[in-house]
Amino acid sequence: MKRIVILGAGTAGTIMANRLRRLYAKDVRRGRTTITVVDQDVQHLYQPGLLFLPFGKYEPQDLIRPQRDQLHRDVALVRETIDRVEATRNVVQLQSGRALEYDVLIVATGTRLAPDETEGLTGPGWRKKVFDFYTLDGAMALRDALAKFDGGHLVVNVVEMPIKCPVAPLEFAFLADDYFTRRGIRDRVRITYATPLDGAFTKPTCTRELTHLLTDKGIELVTEFNAGRVDGEKGVLAAWDEREIPFDLLVTIPMHAGAEYVSRSPGLGDDLGFVLTDPNTLQSKVAPNVFAIGDATNVPASKAGSVAHFEAEILTDNIERFLAGQPLAPDFDGHANCFIETGHRKALLIDFNYDVEPVAGRFPFPTLGPMRLLRESRLNHLGKLAFRWIYWNVLLPGHDIPAVGPRMSLRGKELPVTPTKPAALAAH
Amino acid sequence: MSTAVLANQTIDVDAEGFLQKPEQWTEELGVGIARDVGIDPLTDKHWQVIRFMRNRYLETGTAPTIRTLGKESGVTTKELYQLFPKGPAKLAAKIGGIPKPHGCI
Repeated sequence: MKRIVILGAGTAGTIMANRLRRLYAKDVRRGRTTITVVDQDVQHLYQPGLLFLPFGKYEPQDLIRPQRDQLHRDVALVRETIDRVEATRNVVQLQSGRALEYDVLIVATGTRLAPDETEGLTGPGWRKKVFDFYTLDGAMALRDALAKFDGGHLVVNVVEMPIKCPVAPLEFAFLADDYFTRRGIRDRVRITYATPLDGAFTKPTCTRELTHLLTDKGIELVTEFNAGRVDGEKGVLAAWDEREIPFDLLVTIPMHAGAEYVSRSPGLGDDLGFVLTDPNTLQSKVAPNVFAIGDATNVPASKAGSVAHFEAEILTDNIERFLAGQPLAPDFDGHANCFIETGHRKALLIDFNYDVEPVAGRFPFPTLGPMRLLRESRLNHLGKLAFRWIYWNVLLPGHDIPAVGPRMSLRGKELPVTPTKPAALAAH
Repeated sequence: MSTAVLANQTIDVDAEGFLQKPEQWTEELGVGIARDVGIDPLTDKHWQVIRFMRNRYLETGTAPTIRTLGKESGVTTKELYQLFPKGPAKLAAKIGGIPKPHGCI
């Protein structure tokens, strides 16, 4: 009998459970293979929807469904809290005292927000003048605050990288511009985007395009801003280098870390609790029968649902290889595909991987498109909205998305003629 | 990966100038990189952070985060930003000759 245990029933864990169930359907039905998912929550949250919720575009009930309903009935769900993984004994220790033995373990517990790591962030003013929108509670509280906001300085701040969906904070700024314009008070609202990065985004080509958009929309950009403390009462955001930004409303993207049990599990995670993972095979460094996927890993790819989806195809294949005693395929290339909502019912689409920057072109078909890469369009916006249906009905059940493979395709992309890899070191 | 010639050595670097092979690093090279990023001279405190960063990477295969630097390197987070104004983890990694920390991506 083969026992597969999956930690976490979020996007990555659910996709993996359903894919492996399909791969081993007969064995699972006959009890020769078991697939067990562990998660402490009851509801599955459609996280991409949190971006729109503060602007009144969704109600909470539009974004949550029972976790159990997203998993095939032959997949077991254990609703308990994880205490630690003991990789040398092939055991997951639960807080109830129960132990789960496994032949293959998949860590898919994503990230947790750690606002307490920034001085003053959760102090006076938290959820009154200072909000996050990466949690359902935070997004709801922010919706109420935005509705009452009739002018002043709105500051969007990313505390520290890495974060989930690195484009979401920018999208929030774009949507805020749209929102206040529609309310007829845009001239009374100053919007500032403060980031620890040296530009608007992590990828240079994309940063150029996004910086344009920020300028066009009158959003001020503050770079290399490393938030050190927040005074919610006075409304001041201060950096470690003593720069200060006064605010009337602060939208923070707090520091992210891995799940707490990862740090309690010997050898499993890095300093922040992200699982030490091979970037191409998705095998962990702690033991050959432990794998990781999605936001939980430390691989240098974006922490995003599209990445989890692409990883899932490759990880399913690698687990099949592992259980058959074959060498793993180093096939994951860091492929990510993101819609960037730019407001006024338009969006950009970007497609990139570990080595190739987001470039202009057409997607998913090289000449037909119909979607355009790295350019604002109405169709991209509709694509973003349609994605909610795809998420519940195609992605989570573990089906492939037609014409979009796990490895990035270069077809239809306008690549630079010569590789742009300047050496930043000058000769002395 | 591309290469750069620095202090008469050919070095493997990424697009942003982070060394890809930590074994190609020398202290002299570190001084040169520091000058390039506007840190001159390197004080004992700088070296304390750079060595902590480099040793931790060589021991564990991953670079420590800014939070770990602040807690364990013996230099406080506030001082770290005074020493390396544009991002202590990133600059100490670059000067110390190790690949760019994942947190920066």
